Amino acid sequence: MANEHGQKWDRCLADSAVKIATGLGVGIVFSVLFFKRRTWPVAFGSGVGLGMGYSNCQQDFRSPYQLHGHRVKVSKSNTS
Amino acid sequence: MLRVCLKGANSAARKCLCGNGVPLHPLQQCRSYTSGGSGSSAGKIVAASVLTMGGGVGGTILYANWDPKFRANVEKSIPYSDQVFGLALGPAAPPPVINKPRKVEPVQISSMSEVWKDSKQPKAKEVQRKAEQPDAEGPPAPAPQETLEEASAQVAQILSAIGEVPSVPAPGTHEAEAVPPPAALKGVPAAAAKCTECEHEPAVKERPEGEVAARLAEQDKAEQDLLTSLSSNLEDALGSTAKVTLQAIGAQEAALQAIAQHTRQLREAMEAEAPPDKKSTQWRVLEDALSERSRSVDEAGAAVLKAKAELDKLRGVIDGAKHLKIAAARPSILAAEENLHSMVVDLDSVVTRVQTAQSEAKIVSQYSELVNEAKAQFQKELNSITPEIQANWKGLTGKLTQDDLNSLIAHAHRRIDQLNRELAEQRVREQIHIDSALEQQKLEDKKALEVAISTALEHNREQMRLEQEKKVEETREVMEAEMRTQLRRQAAAHTDHLRDVLKVQEQELRSEAEEILNSSLMEKETEYRRLTQDQLDSFTLDMNAAYARLKGMEEAIDSHVIAEEEARKAHQLWLSVEALNYTLKTAALNDPTEPLEGAVQAIKESCAEDEFAQALATALPSESLSRGVYSEASLRARFYTIRQLARRVALIDETRNSLYQYFLSYLQAMLLFEKAQEAPPAKLSAEDLDTFKLLSYAAYSLEHGDLELAAKLVNQLKGESRRVAQDWLKEARLTLETKQVVSLLSAYANAVGLGTTMAP
Repeated sequence: MANEHGQKWDRCLADSAVKIATGLGVGIVFSVLFFKRRTWPVAFGSGVGLGMGYSNCQQDFRSPYQLHGHRVKVSKSNTS
Repeated sequence: MLRVCLKGANSAARKCLCGNGVPLHPLQQCRSYTSGGSGSSAGKIVAASVLTMGGGVGGTILYANWDPKFRANVEKSIPYSDQVFGLALGPAAPPPVINKPRKVEPVQISSMSEVWKDSKQPKAKEVQRKAEQPDAEGPPAPAPQETLEEASAQVAQILSAIGEVPSVPAPGTHEAEAVPPPAALKGVPAAAAKCTECEHEPAVKERPEGEVAARLAEQDKAEQDLLTSLSSNLEDALGSTAKVTLQAIGAQEAALQAIAQHTRQLREAMEAEAPPDKKSTQWRVLEDALSERSRSVDEAGAAVLKAKAELDKLRGVIDGAKHLKIAAARPSILAAEENLHSMVVDLDSVVTRVQTAQSEAKIVSQYSELVNEAKAQFQKELNSITPEIQANWKGLTGKLTQDDLNSLIAHAHRRIDQLNRELAEQRVREQIHIDSALEQQKLEDKKALEVAISTALEHNREQMRLEQEKKVEETREVMEAEMRTQLRRQAAAHTDHLRDVLKVQEQELRSEAEEILNSSLMEKETEYRRLTQDQLDSFTLDMNAAYARLKGMEEAIDSHVIAEEEARKAHQLWLSVEALNYTLKTAALNDPTEPLEGAVQAIKESCAEDEFAQALATALPSESLSRGVYSEASLRARFYTIRQLARRVALIDETRNSLYQYFLSYLQAMLLFEKAQEAPPAKLSAEDLDTFKLLSYAAYSLEHGDLELAAKLVNQLKGESRRVAQDWLKEARLTLETKQVVSLLSAYANAVGLGTTMAP
C-alpha cells in the first residue's frame, strides 16, 4: 500500500507528460494546418493535454474514495 | 488550479493587450480608466455588494427563524452568530417537556380524602367490635357489670356516630371512645364519669366460698370468744354481786337483829323497874346494844352501798353484753338480769325492813329520851326541893324525916296536880298531835306507798321486761333452729353440687395427667430413638470417613500417575512452544520469519488432548503459518517510510482528494514541523487525533518497544494516511497476534509445568 502512492504518481506523471506532449503535438498540427501558425492552438492543445492529464491524475488519486450510488426502487407490497 | 488558470488568464490577457500593440500606459490608463470609471461603478459595486450582503444576512435570519435546525447549524458553523440570532430573534426554544407528572397530583389528593373516609369506617367498626368483645367476655361477670358495659358501649357508639360528622376532631373522639369500652372491664368509674346516661353502681362481686366459710368461722370464733369472755364476765360479776349482796343482806339482817334487840332492850329498860345495879348493867348492856346496833347499821349501810355499787357494775356489764348483740348470750344475759333483779328486790326489801326497824327504834328512843328527860326534870325538881337527897331516891326509905316526907308529899301532890293539868292539856294536845301525827303519818304513808308503788312498779316492769325478753329469746331460738334447718338443707345441696363438680374436675385432671404422661413418654421415646440414631449416624460417618480416606489415598496414587503423565506432556508442550519461540526469532531484518507451520504442527501433536492448547494453536493467523511474520525491528524500520508518506498525504481524505489538495498536503508536510517522538498521553483527546501528533506518538512508542500501542495509534489515522499505513498496520497486527498466541502458549506451558511439578 505504501507503494501504491508512488505508483500512482508515476502513472500520473507519465500519463500527464504523454498527454501534454500529445496535446502539444496536436496543437502544433492544428496551428500549422488550420490556424495560420497562431500560437493559441498550441497553448490550447497543451492546455487540453495538461487538463486531461490533470483530470486523469485526479481521478486516479480519487479512485479509492469514489462512491457509485445505485437508485433502488421500492416496490409497494400489500402485506403490512 | 484556479490560480494557475487565473495566472494563465492574466498572462493571456496581458499578451493579448501587448499583442494588440497597446503600450503599457494604456494599462495604466485602463487602470486609471477603470479606477476613474469606477468612481460611479465602484459606488454601484459597493452598494450592490452591501445590498447583497444585507439580503444574505436577512435571508439567513428569516430562514433561521422559521427552521430551528438551520439556526442550530449556522450557530455551530459561524462563530458569534448565536449572539446575532439572540439579538434578532430571542433565545432558542427549549425542547418540549413531558407533561405527565403534573396530572398525577390532583388524583392523589382525591384519593387521600377517600382513604381518610375509608379509615373512619374501619375505626367505627373497630369500636363496635371492641364494644362487642366486652359483651362476649361479660356473661361470666355479674349482671350489673354487664348492663353497665352494654350501656357504655352503646353510648360510645352513639357518641362516635355523632363524632363522624365533624371531620377533624373525629379521630380524637374515636380513639377516646375506643379506649373506654375495653377499659370498662376494669375502670367502671372512668366510663361512668364519661357517659351521663349510665348510673354509678358499685361493683358487686361474689366472694369465693372458702372466704365466706373462713369469714363465718372467724365470726363464729370471735363470737365464741366474746361469748365466753362475756359469760365469764357475767359470771364473775354475778358471783361478786351475789356475794356482796348476800353480805349486804346478811349485814342488813344483822343490823335488823341488832336494832330489834336494842329496841327490845331499851323498852325493857324503860318499862322494867329493876334495882339500880341491874339498872346500870342494863344501861351498860343497852349502851353495848346501842353501839352494836350503830355498828351493825353502819356496816349494813356500807354493805348496801357496796352491794349497790356491785349491782350497778353488774348492770353496766349486762348493758355492755346487750350492746354486743350476740344471740347465744341472751339466755345468760337474761339469767343475769333476773338474778340482778331478784338481788335488787331482796336488797330493797331488807333495806325497807331495816328502815322500819330504824323508825321503830327511833320512836322507842324518842320515848326513852322523853322518859329520861322527865326523869331528869323530876330529879331536878327533887333536887331543888330536897337538895341533900341524892339521885337514887328509891333507896331512901329510912333516912327521910317527917318534914322531908311532908314536903315531899306536898311536892308530890303539887306534882300530881301539875301532872293532872298537864295530862288534861296533854290530852287536848294529844288529839291535835294525833291528828297532825295522823296527817303526817298519812303523808308519810302516802310517800311510803308511792315509793313502794314505784318500786313495785319498777319491779313489775322489770319482771315484764324480763318475761318479754325471755319470750323474745324463745322465739329467736325457734327461728334460729328453723334457719339452721334451712341452712343445713342448703349446705346439703351445696355439698351435693360440690361433689358433682369435684367428680368432673377429677375426670378432667385425670385426663390431663394422662395426656401429660403420654406426651412425656413419647418425648422420652423420641429422645431415645434420636440418640440411638445419632450413634448410628456417627458410626456410619466414621466408617464413611475411613472409606473416603482409603478412596482418597487410592485416588492420590492414581492422580500421581496421572500427574506424572501430565508432567511429561507438559514438558513436551513446553519444548514445542520453545521451538515455536525460536522460529519466531529467525526473522531477518526485512524478511519475515520462517513459516511457523512446522512448529505449530509439533505443538498440536504434543498436546493432542489439551483443548486449550489446540485452540490456541489453531488461533494463530494463517498468514503467520504460511508466510511467517515480520519482526519488530523490521516493522520499526518500515515505519519511518510510512511516516513520511503519511505526513505527505495528511490532508487527503474522502472529501478532499483533488490534486490541488495533494499539493496543499505536500506543502503542509514540508512546512509543518513536529516532534520526531513524543510520549503519548494516557488518554487521547480530540486534538491528539491529528495525524502528525499520532505519528510522533507512534514513533515514540515504537522506539520504546511498544508495538501494540504504536499499532493502536496508527489505527487512529484517518483518510489517505490511514490507507497508506494499512499495509504496515496489517503486518503489525499479524506480528502482535502471533506474539500474543505464542506468549499465551508459553505461559500455559509454564503453568501446566508448574502445576504438575507441584507436590500434591
